[in-house]
Amino acid sequence: MALEESHVRRAAHLARLAVSDDQARGFVDDLSRILDMVDQLQSIDTEGVSPLAHPLDATQRLRADEVTETNQRDTFQRCAPAVENGLYLVPRVVE
Amino acid sequence: MHDKTLTQLAASLKSGEFSSRELTSHYLRKIEKADGTLNSFITVTGEQALNQAEAADKARAAGDTGLLTGIPLALKDIFCTRDVKTSCGSKMLDNFIAPYNATVVEKLSAAGTISLGKTNMDEFAMGSSNENSHYGAVKNPWDLKAVPGGSSGGSAAAVAAGLAPAAMGTDTGGSIRQPAAFCGITGLKPTYGRVSRYGMIAYASSLDQAGPMARSAEDCAHLMNVIAGHDVRDSTSVARGVPDYTESLNAPLSGLKIGLPKEYFGDGLAPEVEKSVRDAVKVYESMGATVREVSLPHTHYAIPAYYVIAPAEASSNLSRFDGVRFGHRCQDPVDLMDLYKRSRAEGFGEEVKRRILIGTHTLSEGFFDAYYTKAQKVRRLIRQDFLDAFEEVDVLMGPAAPTPAFDLGAKKDPVSMYLQDIYTIAVNLAGIPGISVPAGLAGGRPIGLQILGTHFAEAQLLNVAHQYQQATDWHLQLPAIAEENA
Amino acid sequence: MQWETVIGLEVHVQLATRSKIFSGASTAFGAEPNTQACAVDLGLPGTLPVLNEQAVAMAVQFGLAVHSDIAEVSVFDRKNYFYADLPKGYQTSQMYHPIVGPGEVEITLEDGTSKRIRIHHAHLEEDAGKSLHEDFMGMTGIDLNRAGTPLLEIVSEPDMRNAKEAAAYLKAIHSIVTYLGISDGNMAEGSMRCDVNVSVRPKGQEAFGTRAEIKNVNSFRFVERAIAFEVERQIELIEDGGTVVQETRLFDPERDETRSMRTKEEANDYRYFPCPDLLPVVLDEAYLDHLRSQLPELPADKRERFQSELGLSAYDASVLSASREMAEFFEEVHHVCGDAKQAANWVQGELSGALNRENLSITNSPISARQLGELLSRVLDDTINGKAAKQVFQALWNGQGENADEIIETKGLKQVTDTGAIEAMIDQAIAESPAQVAQYRDAEPDKRGKMIGYFVGQVMKASRGTANPQQVNGVLKAKLDALL
Repeated sequence: MALEESHVRRAAHLARLAVSDDQARGFVDDLSRILDMVDQLQSIDTEGVSPLAHPLDATQRLRADEVTETNQRDTFQRCAPAVENGLYLVPRVVE
Repeated sequence: MHDKTLTQLAASLKSGEFSSRELTSHYLRKIEKADGTLNSFITVTGEQALNQAEAADKARAAGDTGLLTGIPLALKDIFCTRDVKTSCGSKMLDNFIAPYNATVVEKLSAAGTISLGKTNMDEFAMGSSNENSHYGAVKNPWDLKAVPGGSSGGSAAAVAAGLAPAAMGTDTGGSIRQPAAFCGITGLKPTYGRVSRYGMIAYASSLDQAGPMARSAEDCAHLMNVIAGHDVRDSTSVARGVPDYTESLNAPLSGLKIGLPKEYFGDGLAPEVEKSVRDAVKVYESMGATVREVSLPHTHYAIPAYYVIAPAEASSNLSRFDGVRFGHRCQDPVDLMDLYKRSRAEGFGEEVKRRILIGTHTLSEGFFDAYYTKAQKVRRLIRQDFLDAFEEVDVLMGPAAPTPAFDLGAKKDPVSMYLQDIYTIAVNLAGIPGISVPAGLAGGRPIGLQILGTHFAEAQLLNVAHQYQQATDWHLQLPAIAEENA
Repeated sequence: MQWETVIGLEVHVQLATRSKIFSGASTAFGAEPNTQACAVDLGLPGTLPVLNEQAVAMAVQFGLAVHSDIAEVSVFDRKNYFYADLPKGYQTSQMYHPIVGPGEVEITLEDGTSKRIRIHHAHLEEDAGKSLHEDFMGMTGIDLNRAGTPLLEIVSEPDMRNAKEAAAYLKAIHSIVTYLGISDGNMAEGSMRCDVNVSVRPKGQEAFGTRAEIKNVNSFRFVERAIAFEVERQIELIEDGGTVVQETRLFDPERDETRSMRTKEEANDYRYFPCPDLLPVVLDEAYLDHLRSQLPELPADKRERFQSELGLSAYDASVLSASREMAEFFEEVHHVCGDAKQAANWVQGELSGALNRENLSITNSPISARQLGELLSRVLDDTINGKAAKQVFQALWNGQGENADEIIETKGLKQVTDTGAIEAMIDQAIAESPAQVAQYRDAEPDKRGKMIGYFVGQVMKASRGTANPQQVNGVLKAKLDALL
């Protein structure tokens, strides 16, 4: 499956990565080689094989519905780039 | 002191030969002398370590001690530590101080161990050479021209150079075992789910696993006794009893059935590595083990499958680094899109971007089934290869890496770097445990023997590795730099 | 051309768990910003989700209530997109293997007819935070208290054909979730939110038209209004030679219209894949049986029972069973007074009227069900008459007494049934109204029935409303007729 620059640009947009034209071309080269390597997968017959998402066949354990966390806003916001009145600030979002 | 194993140091602390403060000071001095060259630490927490050491000495005086009380350790900078920077080797988190400890860190602290600091690593654990760190490459203590391996390269180099008796690493595709091999130390990747991932910054959640890196299998066993076990904060950690990993270290190996996967001895394996591995197998034969060839037919699909699954998970796991609640934020963003795109472009390095892009692309519409679903099916086949092999043999043995440590800057092309992990990566896809033990030297660079077991066979792996270390002394050899700075 | 409307609803119901779906932070509404957002909710590095058992139980209860197949294995997926109030850059949801499979809900329309609406599936997911657009130096503020609140997204089949059906469906869902106690159903606080998919097609055509998704239609009334506007817009568009584009539109209740949201959204590609931090949720039959055995009586069953056992009309039964609070209130009134019809009349009449006037919900009624029941008992045992009952009701409403008996006593409203006393009052009324007596006498016999009302009024006035009206009527007629 050939990779085109438009694919890289689309992925960069979806992943919210600013990429210059030069960088985009570089990524096309790198990613193409990686995907060529990955394409070896297509040669295996996986008919009837179900996908494996987790290495162990374990099932989800459930947590009791209890409030165990206390307010730690000040601690958590110490590592935040911009806060005001307890809110995280971002550039104005227009809906 | 630095030439002692953790087990020996624990005995010395107990006998009063030296105090934890003396021991900790010793390692801090070693770090100060040697780490300018090696660059194995991102953050050294000297003052905090000495305080902890004093507390440990007081606890010991009061008779309130465990086996590891007062033992200093190093932590890969992927484990969140309260009040100490956790960078994950990234500019993105250069300013990040976690408000909590990883479960592994909590457990080690509860056991009385002391943290010397946070070790260097490939950014977000993506790499096999430790050259992808925002904080610069780490040098291999055995040969400063060589890489220490990755991504837990800082941890491996620090232990090998005697800057810490042991360290914690993480392994997603070989990141404990390969640097352990390159640096001549012992590194165990436990079964997926055996050790909590809580507070360990995620690279690929279905593959990541924390484990000990130390001078000997016995040291690893002591550390596993501390860190293994179920954690209510990690849904994927396994609720299953934890054995005493030291108990079976001395079990005899007569009758042990060893399998040599023929795919691990093919093209691309350096002859000197093959020789060391085969020599090690002979040592086992002399102990009464039997050896046979086995096949893991899907071995060569492990890297392709991994480079779909790991980047896919990573692309999603790393979305939280968006410059809003923590981490790097670009200057003067004009709008939210600009904030996201520039913060992430500035905060992440090249290899991380590459994997985010690969993962985003392979998960996107029109490609998902061909890549992701296909890779997950192949993952099942790869796991089945191992389960089938373990029907026939007790453990598998082979090289941890195709060559000894390569030179810094030698692997410019990402794919050639990825292929370094050919013998380690399938193990993560299958979720089984693996250990790398020093088994030789070639051109002054160490060689690692990899031993694999079935799910939850850590005790057996440690036993098998320990018996080898009772019969050989590869694990006791130190690089010159460790002695120079003594 | 004749057009047919096709409507499907996606209803997001906030589940009434104490803690979040994947963390131990509180879900209480109205806290200071970010004080209920813990490390997991904030998506801090290294944090991991652990699933809340109550969220699972609630989703299953809903599934059982709408006769769905409950998935033996359900799986959480990640829906990847960036948004300021989405902390991890993905929403944990269930795309491929939802917990609740196909089911159905019966809706009752105003004309008393009913219709089955199929449910496609319902899945568990986490809510996002909130963006506050008040001006913070030209910035938007993010509050993540709501992030991680459990949601059950209930997706219907496109089975509704007009706005009334859609509203009735939404009411039915509201009534089921509140009956089950799995949500407070408070639409004003966002506990229940609704996206509406609307399309039109020429009547008789089988293929669906292109649909528009209207976001955030958050009241029963808005659902009707948004659909009405959107249907008209689509029909006009097509009749003018245009085509409907598949898009997301926002309902603006101020202007009573829907408008297109910026189409940038369409570049989205959510890249769903199974969440590697969570394992498959496996439910066994014993667990389902246990939850099944604990299901309360549901609205449809209650409605049926109100008709068959209590003899209520279909309409009364439907109104009284619509909400759990209403039904419980009615049942308590009935239990206390013993007369279903009387209880139904008062709850739907006097009580609902008073609540509506003061914009109160039945849970905030100043009169308790017991108080109303006791009041009705006094009507039923002829202690007071209907008119006095209304006075007592008003007094209870105003908090002028603890119970009906006390108010009857202090206000002296006890019905006079003593024949002697009533006869005396009647004699006096006749004596004081010679003109009316003459008119009565001269009237055609079939008109006299109406004229008697004047005398009844006089007597009731004299008794300050306490005379038994039937008794007064009977005696008056006999006395007046004796004068003929």
